[in-house]
Amino acid sequence: MRVTVIAVERARAVAADVVDPEMPMLTLEDLGVLRAVSLDGDTVVVTITPTYSGCPALSAMRDDLVRRLRDAGWSDVRIVVVLEPAWSSDWISPRGRHLLVEHGLSAPGPAPRHEGPVPLTLLAPPRALSCPRCGSADAVLTSEFGSTACRALYRCRGCREPFEHVKEI
Amino acid sequence: MSDEVDHESVYGGLLDGEVSAQWAFGTDFADPLAGLDTTLPTDIDGSVLGTYCLMLADDALIMAQRLSEWCSRAPDLEEDVALANIALDLLGQARLLLARAAAADPGLVPILPTGSPVPPEDALAFFRGERQFRNVRLVEIENGDFGRTVVRLLLFATWRLAILQRLRASRDRVLSALAAKAVKEVTYHRDFAARWFLTLAQGTGESRRRVCDGLSATWPLLAELMDTHPVEREAASSGVGVDPAEVIDEVDAVLDEVFAASALGRPESAARVGVRGRRGRDGTHTEALSLLLAEMQVVARAHPLGRW
Repeated sequence: MRVTVIAVERARAVAADVVDPEMPMLTLEDLGVLRAVSLDGDTVVVTITPTYSGCPALSAMRDDLVRRLRDAGWSDVRIVVVLEPAWSSDWISPRGRHLLVEHGLSAPGPAPRHEGPVPLTLLAPPRALSCPRCGSADAVLTSEFGSTACRALYRCRGCREPFEHVKEI
Repeated sequence: MSDEVDHESVYGGLLDGEVSAQWAFGTDFADPLAGLDTTLPTDIDGSVLGTYCLMLADDALIMAQRLSEWCSRAPDLEEDVALANIALDLLGQARLLLARAAAADPGLVPILPTGSPVPPEDALAFFRGERQFRNVRLVEIENGDFGRTVVRLLLFATWRLAILQRLRASRDRVLSALAAKAVKEVTYHRDFAARWFLTLAQGTGESRRRVCDGLSATWPLLAELMDTHPVEREAASSGVGVDPAEVIDEVDAVLDEVFAASALGRPESAARVGVRGRRGRDGTHTEALSLLLAEMQVVARAHPLGRW
């Protein structure tokens, strides 16, 4: 039993260290995509969840997890993808948020929660964000969709540089 | 591949280790439903659930294909990227829904030559003929200009978001999980379309004219989304689907809010009829769908045994 616990911890440490293919400053654990690591006999079972339904990075994550766990000595690895509960940007860890800013991305605020029908927002949503480069709070939304589905584009009026904001979802 | 991620070169890592896994995203065919409980809820007819999933899947797939036609030719780079992102979200939803349709009713999946590596969701996307597609005609007509594209997306996303919100309570665990995820995505799609609608309607005379033209072209096709198809009725009565009659008021209220902000009246044009009563949900489509499918399916059909 004790041996199993240690083995799971070791496997978990390896899986937790795999980075996101599109935001490689974050590990899958920082991103909140890694949901569980367990052992089924000699098989390591890693449970992950996609950020967005069409996230093309999911298969890269799966390959990376299998490869890293194999390198660490587990020959049998099974990756399980769960959809429920749906991923939320609230799951990005404090360390992950800090690393986002350090790498020039603005971290998400609290994800919206709705009781009843989702309200239409005809004006750009007010976000309490600041430029990750110069810290100015004077930034304008350029587009709600950036280089990946999970990011919005902003322009800082302080330093006049563009930056990306990880969206609340 | 080493533990270090090479940030200096985008090609770094491609030539180390297991090369095949690094060539591109999305080239493996792992079952998208692996890890989900795909057992049918009790008393559910697999063919009703399967066909219902096809309707939602085909709407998303064909809309994604139309939106991706804007790649490299949108009015500016930001909108190019935005439309591609929306298309990608819908494609992801379509993939899960097609996989669900295939699992619920394997009889829906076209039979391919022995040895074909094509997974069921791809067989449904690339090897069905026009008459097997269950999408509404609204999503298949040509994009037209950016104005018409925005109007169509507004109508479509408004309806889909209202449906998805209710679908979260589906008795089918796959549909409920998928809907909970998709609600978040389509909320962004609807806001994107509504803001552009307002911007264009309140912009120049020319941009307003284009929005009005887009509305004239797409409005007659909205009714098809709202009219309850027998399959939708059965899916709703068995607790797995949503009867679109339930969302009419909500869709109307959202669209009226956009029209009011844009100082536009609600169009009064009549609904576009089908052929002997048959419309997109029945597999009767406009010519535009056959042309779209020809382009979308040609490579897969030419190489049914191909490995990518």
